[in-house]
Amino acid sequence: MQITSYLALAAILFSIGLYGVLSKRNAVIVLFSIELMLNAVNINLVAFSKYGLNPSVTGHIFSLFTITVAAAEAAVGIAILLALYRLRGTSNVDEYDSLKDESDLQK
Amino acid sequence: MTGEFFAFFILAICAIGGAVFMIHFDRVMHMALSLAFTFFAIAGLFFLLDAEFVAVIQILIYAGAVSILMLFGIMLTKHQEKEQTFTRTKLHQWLSFLFALGFLAILMSVIYLAPFTLPAGDQSLYSVNKLAEQLFKSGYVLPFELTSLLLLVALIGSIILAKKEEKE
Repeated sequence: MQITSYLALAAILFSIGLYGVLSKRNAVIVLFSIELMLNAVNINLVAFSKYGLNPSVTGHIFSLFTITVAAAEAAVGIAILLALYRLRGTSNVDEYDSLKDESDLQK
Repeated sequence: MTGEFFAFFILAICAIGGAVFMIHFDRVMHMALSLAFTFFAIAGLFFLLDAEFVAVIQILIYAGAVSILMLFGIMLTKHQEKEQTFTRTKLHQWLSFLFALGFLAILMSVIYLAPFTLPAGDQSLYSVNKLAEQLFKSGYVLPFELTSLLLLVALIGSIILAKKEEKE
């Protein structure tokens, strides 16, 4: 079993997550795709802690920290999304355009 | 064909399949469920890499908590039952597809160029005891405590953000 296959799997999952972030319309799915990207990074960390230069459990510890921060990010993201939904009445990311220049919007 | 390779193959197919179906489904709820399936498959891969604790945490946090949170997020907001793609353009979809594909190509070429042929670490290195020892006895105590602070701040922050504002 080679580390290369784990790294390739993680790269594929990361790219799928990237495509989801760029192309999906529903804001919840965009957040979920970000979670998928973070998870692909976790696969890399754990794979290197087994097949890396000096194998140890440090990679596991790093991935535990990543998981914690990702969970906090998901919670805050959903909360912001709910507040924004209450304000705008939609959960489509392409309709959140308050920061856009007004003269652009009128075109 | 060893058993480990076979298990890796099955789990990788499950993980990539779940993610690809997430891209492909057009009902939002189905997307979330297939991504939860992917998280389960990734937990299986962690078991394969001798990271039992991380695998269990993965099931608890990702397949459990985050998925349920996302389902709540979907159900509390009004969404089109079927998510349409951008009305604006097909071009946007194609550009993002090409960008993701190009990124994947770069990553893959780097991975296959790099000479990773190191032996696997011994299985006795990875127990929960070892993990706790490393975490609490070699300098990760402060980050650990800071993480708890971060979680507390996130908890309070998300409650305040999602709270209904009183009408005055």
